[in-house]
Amino acid sequence: MSSAITTAVPSVELPDTPRRIRALRISDVLSLTGAVVASISMTSIIYTYLAPVGGVVGFFATAYVLFLAAYALLVSFDENMTTVRDRMVLVGVHSLAVTVFVTLIFVVVFALVRGADALPHLNFFTQDMALAGPLDPLTDGGIIHAITGTLIQITIALSITIPLGLTTAVFLNEIPGAFTRFVRTIVEAMTALPSIVAGLFIYATAILIFGLNKSGLAAALAISVMMLPIMIRAADVVLRLVPSTLKEASLGLGANNWNTMWRVTLPTARSGLVTAVILATARGIGETSPVLLTSGFTAAFNADPLHGPMVSLPLAIFQFVKSPEPTMIARGFGTAAVLMIIVVSLFIVARIIGGQTVAKKVNARAKREQWVKDIREIGNAIASPFTRFNRTIRRIIYTIRSRFRSKGNKR
Amino acid sequence: MDVVTEEKPRSLKMVSDKEDRVYRGVARAGGITVLVIMTAIGVFLGFRAAEALAQAGPEFFLTQAWEPDANNFGIAAVLVGTFIIALVAVTIALPLSLGTSLYISEYAPKNIKPTLIALVDLMAAIPSVVFGLWGFFSLQGNIIDIAKWISRTFGWIPIFAVDGFTDDPLSSDTVFTASSFVAGIVVALMITPIMTSIMREVFSQAPVGEREGALGLGATMWGMIRSVVLPFGKGGIIGGTMLGLGRALGETIAVYMIISPIFSIQTHILQAGASSISSLIALKYGEATTFGMSALMAAGLALFFVTLVINFGASAIVSRSRSGASS
Repeated sequence: MSSAITTAVPSVELPDTPRRIRALRISDVLSLTGAVVASISMTSIIYTYLAPVGGVVGFFATAYVLFLAAYALLVSFDENMTTVRDRMVLVGVHSLAVTVFVTLIFVVVFALVRGADALPHLNFFTQDMALAGPLDPLTDGGIIHAITGTLIQITIALSITIPLGLTTAVFLNEIPGAFTRFVRTIVEAMTALPSIVAGLFIYATAILIFGLNKSGLAAALAISVMMLPIMIRAADVVLRLVPSTLKEASLGLGANNWNTMWRVTLPTARSGLVTAVILATARGIGETSPVLLTSGFTAAFNADPLHGPMVSLPLAIFQFVKSPEPTMIARGFGTAAVLMIIVVSLFIVARIIGGQTVAKKVNARAKREQWVKDIREIGNAIASPFTRFNRTIRRIIYTIRSRFRSKGNKR
Repeated sequence: MDVVTEEKPRSLKMVSDKEDRVYRGVARAGGITVLVIMTAIGVFLGFRAAEALAQAGPEFFLTQAWEPDANNFGIAAVLVGTFIIALVAVTIALPLSLGTSLYISEYAPKNIKPTLIALVDLMAAIPSVVFGLWGFFSLQGNIIDIAKWISRTFGWIPIFAVDGFTDDPLSSDTVFTASSFVAGIVVALMITPIMTSIMREVFSQAPVGEREGALGLGATMWGMIRSVVLPFGKGGIIGGTMLGLGRALGETIAVYMIISPIFSIQTHILQAGASSISSLIALKYGEATTFGMSALMAAGLALFFVTLVINFGASAIVSRSRSGASS
C-alpha cells in the first residue's frame, strides 16, 4: 500500500531559483521603530502648530516624508551611503506595494460596506424596480431584473465566444504561418479595445444596419466583442503550455492532427481552458459601457433578449447612483456588492480549477489515501481496547457456557 | 575505405486525411471570422462616420465645441482631455506598479507570492463602475486637501493653476472636484494591475546567474535590481506602461461618473471640468440625431485608431523584451 503511494508521487524537481538572502539585526528594527516614532511625533507637532495641509491624507503624507528623512538619517549613523540607498529603496518599494494593495482592497470593501444597507432585505433579490420609485424605502423594489438580465446576456455572449474563441486559439497554435501571426497581432491589439467602441460597433451594425432594437441580444453581442480577444489570448497561452512531447507521441503513434487535438491537447489543457473562460466571463459581466449603448434601460423585469430593453447589473448600478436620493444610491451600492461577489466568486472558482495540474492531482490523491489510512489506524487504535474487551467477555461467556454444557452432559 | 555519407534529415511529407482537412478548415474559418469581426469594427465605424467627417473636413481635428446639429463640432478638446487624463493616470500608476511588481518579484516572502499575484489578477477584473463609485463617493471628498495644497504650492506652474481659487477659507471647494486629476487617480488604479502583472512577469525572467553574480560581487539588493533586473526588464516597463496608457485612453464609465464635461481645451488638471472621447460618447448618444450619431462614430473612430497604434507599439515592445515564444 505505502509503496504504491510513493511511486505514484513524482519527485518534483525544484526549479533553479535564487536563494533568498535575509538577515535581521537588532539595529535594523531599532532604526525603523525610531524613525516611525520620530515622524509621528514631528507630524503631530507640525499639525498642531504650523498646519500647512489639512485632512487625514495630508497627515499621512507629511508623516511619510518625515519618516523617510528620519530613517535615512538613522541608518546613515552606522552604515555607508550604499546601504542607506538600499534601505531607502526597500522602504519605498514596500510602501508602494502596500499602497496599491490597501487601496485596491479598500475599493472592493467600500462597495461591500456601503452596499450592506440594501443587502439584508430579501425583496432586493426578488423584486424589480417597476413599481418602486426613488423615494420608496429599501423594503420596496429590488434588482431581480438586473440579475436576470446579466445572466441572460452573459449566457448568450458565452455561447458565441466559447466556440469561436477556442477555435481561434486552436488555430493560432496548430496552424502556423504568416497569416496566423497576423491574426495573433490583431487579437493582441484588440484586448485593449475601448469598451465603448465595442458598443458603438454593435450600435452601428446590429441596430442601425440590421434593424435590431436595443435589446438583450444587442448587449450580448457587444459583450461578446469585448470578451472574444480576452478569451482567445488566455486560451492561446494555455494551449501553448501543453508539452510538445505529448503531441509528438500522439502523432508518432499514428493519430492524425484532429485526434491529437481532441484527445491529447484539449484534455491536457482542460483546467487552463476553463480558467480562461471564467476569467473572460468575469470581465464580461462587469462591462458597463458597451451595454449602455446597446441594451436600453428599463426598471421592469424582462427575460426576452429579443424584444425590449434589458438591464444588467453594472448598468443598473450606473442608473441608480445617477439619482440624488440616498435610497437609490444605497440600492446602487447594494447592486455593486452583488456584482463584486459574483466576480470574486467566479475568480476563486477559476483559481481552484486552474490550480489543478497533474502533479497536484496526484499529490492530492496520495494525501487523501494517506489520510484515509491514518484515520483507519486511529480508528483501530481507539477500537482496540473495545475489541479486546469484547473478545475477553466473549471468551468468558464461552467458557462459562461450555462448563454448564459439560455439567449438563455429565448429568 | 570510408564512404562519407552526409546526414540530412529526411524530407517529410504530410498527407492529411479528410478528417484533418475538415479540422484545419474549421480552425482557419474561426481565425478568419475573428479577423473579420475585428476589421469590421474599423470599417463600420468609418462607414458611419463618413457623413460627419465629410461635413466637417479637417476642421474636425481643430474644433473644440461639440454641436453637431449646428455643424460646429470637433475632437480637439476631447482628444486633448483624453490624453491629459491618461497621462495623469500613467504618471501615478507608473511608480505604483513599478514598486508593486518589484515587491512581488524581489522582496515578497515566497509563501505569500502566489497570493499576491492572484490578488493583482483579481484587481484587473474589478468592474469599472465599482471604481467609479469609489472615486465619486470616497476619493473625491478626501483628495480636495491634496489638490488645494498642490495648487497653492505649485500654482505658478501653468498646469497646476486653478482659476477662481483664493486662499479664502470660506471659498467653495467645488472648483477642485470633477477634475482631470481625480479622474486620473481613479484610472491610475484601474490600470495599475495590468501594468504590474506585465512588469512582474518580465522582472521574474531576469537571469538567475546574473542576479547571483551581482549579489556575490557584494551588491546590495538595490544594486542588484538596478544593474540586473531593471536593465533586463526595460522593455517590459515601457511596453507595460504603453498598454496601461492604451487602457487609460479608452476608460469610459469611471471617468464619466467623475468629471463634469467641458468642451474647451482645459489644461488645468486640478480644476473642475474635464473631457474625454469615451465619456463624450456616453454623454451624447442618448440625445443624438442621426447626424449627431455619425459625429459620435467619428469620435469613436479616432479613439479606436489612437488606442490601436499605442497597443501595437506596446505589444511589439513587450514581445521583443521577452525571450523565446512571446505571449
